[in-house]
Amino acid sequence: MSDRASATVLFTVNGRPQSMTSHPLRRLLDVLREDLRLTGTKEGCGEGECGACAVLFDGEVVNSCLVPILQAQDVTIITIEGLVQNEKAKLLQEAFVQCGGAQCGICTPGMVVASWNLLERNPLPTDDDLRSALSGNLCRCTGYTRIFEAIKIASGKLEQAAAK
Amino acid sequence: MTQRLMGSSLPRTEGHSKVTGQARYVDDISFPEMLYGVTVRSPIARGRISKIEFDPAIPWNEFTIVNASDIPGRNRIVLIADDQPCLAQGLVNHAEEPVLLLAHRDKQLVEEARRAVTLDIAPLPAVFDIDDAIAEKQIIWGTDNIFKTFLVEKGDVDSAWAGAYAIVEGEYHTGAQEQLYIEPQGMIAQYDPETGITVLGSMQCPYYVHKALMPLLNLPPEKVRVIQTETGGAFGGKEEYPSVIACHAALLAKKACKPVKIIYDRGEDMAATTKRHPSRTRHRTAVDRDGKLLAMDIEFTVDGGAYTTLSTVVLSRGTIHAGGPYACPNVRIRSKAVATNHPPHGAFRGFGAPQSIFALECHMDRVARQINMPPDEFRRRNFVHEGETLAVSQVVREPVNLEQLMNRALELSEYRLKRERFARENETSIIKRGIGFASFMHGAGFTGSGERSMGSIVAVEGTKEGMVRVLASSTEMGQGTNTIFPQIAAEALGIGVDAVEIVTPDTSVVPNSGPTVASRTCMIVGKLVESACLQLREALIQSGLLQPDYSPEDFKRACSEYVERRGMLKCQSQYSTPPGIYWDDDKYQGDAYATYAWAVYVAEVSIDSRTWETRVEDFVAVQEVGRVINPILAMGQIEGGVAQGIGFALYEDVAWREGRMVNNQMTNYIMPTSADLPPIRVYFEEIPYEYGPGGAKGIGELPIDGPAPAIVNAIENAIGVPVGRIPATPEVLMQAMEGARV
Repeated sequence: MSDRASATVLFTVNGRPQSMTSHPLRRLLDVLREDLRLTGTKEGCGEGECGACAVLFDGEVVNSCLVPILQAQDVTIITIEGLVQNEKAKLLQEAFVQCGGAQCGICTPGMVVASWNLLERNPLPTDDDLRSALSGNLCRCTGYTRIFEAIKIASGKLEQAAAK
Repeated sequence: MTQRLMGSSLPRTEGHSKVTGQARYVDDISFPEMLYGVTVRSPIARGRISKIEFDPAIPWNEFTIVNASDIPGRNRIVLIADDQPCLAQGLVNHAEEPVLLLAHRDKQLVEEARRAVTLDIAPLPAVFDIDDAIAEKQIIWGTDNIFKTFLVEKGDVDSAWAGAYAIVEGEYHTGAQEQLYIEPQGMIAQYDPETGITVLGSMQCPYYVHKALMPLLNLPPEKVRVIQTETGGAFGGKEEYPSVIACHAALLAKKACKPVKIIYDRGEDMAATTKRHPSRTRHRTAVDRDGKLLAMDIEFTVDGGAYTTLSTVVLSRGTIHAGGPYACPNVRIRSKAVATNHPPHGAFRGFGAPQSIFALECHMDRVARQINMPPDEFRRRNFVHEGETLAVSQVVREPVNLEQLMNRALELSEYRLKRERFARENETSIIKRGIGFASFMHGAGFTGSGERSMGSIVAVEGTKEGMVRVLASSTEMGQGTNTIFPQIAAEALGIGVDAVEIVTPDTSVVPNSGPTVASRTCMIVGKLVESACLQLREALIQSGLLQPDYSPEDFKRACSEYVERRGMLKCQSQYSTPPGIYWDDDKYQGDAYATYAWAVYVAEVSIDSRTWETRVEDFVAVQEVGRVINPILAMGQIEGGVAQGIGFALYEDVAWREGRMVNNQMTNYIMPTSADLPPIRVYFEEIPYEYGPGGAKGIGELPIDGPAPAIVNAIENAIGVPVGRIPATPEVLMQAMEGARV
């Protein structure tokens, strides 16, 4: 990528409009981490296998290591830093801490993003829903049990909050 | 005084920063003018470097380039032996061996530059196999390719064969396993001619890195500073290898006079860094008519790779655990760590024990089958009890009740019922089901005299704000150090956990509490935290500032006042061996570990007889680990260890070609996802251990020892043929079936 091709891309990250002039094939992951200093999004494998770099891309979970920045034109992106501003997502984050859903923490931002997206689409996930929704997010520490528990607890709390 | 802290599931101290993405890992940190460093590595396993070519298309004058001749001190990564170069000079002894280092401010360009260096290496014949190494097909290390041998002898094995009712032999193999922490390895180094070198990064053992940097750079201890950043998983993989990356980053930083960051990408991390030692174990066992063990003759061999690294100690732990939790009167264990031209194998959770325990527990089932005795009954007749001796002639002095652990595990898993039902159903079913178990133990802390010679130190310090700071080099890598140390300290001091702060491991600030390895952080270092806190409390009471029946507020006031008046309130505690512990390093006999954690794990599997794919359907883990300090963290350790053990048993297959790992991607090296794992059901029996903090023992490694043998025993139960090899991939099972048909 030492050739100096460049493109200007307009997109929104965590509610803030961004304009980036960059090599069109530069990874979204690098733009987030290096240019915007949003280092909560992690790189685990660089080939879309581990999910540590998961972000919401117009409401879909994507691995930002596989997205060239050019594809982000007009897209709304939410990273883990964006979820911190969301009161409901905070319940999920708290549940991760409470249940032991985070150990070393490196997969956690991607895991939280993917599980938040699951809860938005499916507020009362079954164990099978959880297994398949999170099978793209690898965790080497927990064996996933406590992550599932955190999501189920958050799901219950969100239901309660919605009923009020 | 305060609420009981020990035994309660306090949330992870740094949990909030991790779930919000604020925790700072090494790759999240940058410095002005920082350069990116990369490593040029040997593409072949063994040869002589004849020429290094630089593609003229790259503007090399913009790069910092380091080779072995730039090393100011000794070209060695100092650890146990003194055989591993920091950068290869002349000879390369394994694929991926570092030869040259490059740094540039442009991350993309430095990557292109790495590919634009061609190493011209004249190949030499290499050794990749344990047998070839022992046969000295080529001498590639020392005079005989042997890093280390041990001989353990108890009773007289050779005289036992004659009176045996049955003699059973078996051979067992385990493959390499990648730690696969999700945060790849990385370091940042900064050099200043006045203050020396500062390195920060992802690591388990700051003082190992410190020890390696001094002779490499010819610097005194005070001019080397090592700081741990948030560490995204380690599992042993960040025990010794971080010293290599730190040394590389330091050399580049010194030459460039700028900060240099080296972050491995996943492919490099998997191919170049250490993995679990592949092993081969041979058993010959004699039993009497009642199913009592008469003799165990065990030969345990591990492939150490091209340099010693930690192979000698991995071999030691594997050797000591090879006899398992059984009281056999006659035992001989002969073990070897051999050199091959694989990249050095190294520390991985369990440290040799998962390999030898795999062999033993598969073999125990095989012996039971041979004498027509149920595997649980055979074990029950041979379990070690208080007052009896283990293979290394260690008298068990703690109340151990393996039978109770086994009964509970078998009941919880409905073992007997399922064994009968599966036997019936398997006759007609395409899906074959099986259930199997393993009983085992894991010694906590360093082996033998290791803890005594380490002499770990922990300090605690009162502040003028009335807080207590814990100073130790023990790192948090996900396992919970930063949560249990405050629990231990606060309980000892009778204050709240919020009044305790853990100081970031930084060699310029914290004393050496030893490396974060060997299931020693809770039991050994935690005990030092406890005793240093008790001293601090005593000092405050002695000073008259604190009455014995104080409240947390009283403590805060007294601590604050003490510091105001006297300037400092600091106590430290150094390890001393519990009474009655003795180890003979020459005979390899005695108290190998001050204590053990004991466990029985049961696995239920299903195997599709069309594809030979195995799934673990249920998993029960029952263990005795002393007092549990934090149940949620402890269960997390067991569940995660079992998950890794399931990967070790079934999926994680390192594919080698001419000594190179060729599936060094998460796409084709398969670790368990959430869709691959069964419910993992965890149960603790708690028998307080007198010399652990609040009665706790070590826990971190235990759970990786049991899953593989339990699973393979379940597979053998399902398909009725011996497997004896992991990972038990569909190919391995197919071959086992074909072997049985011949």
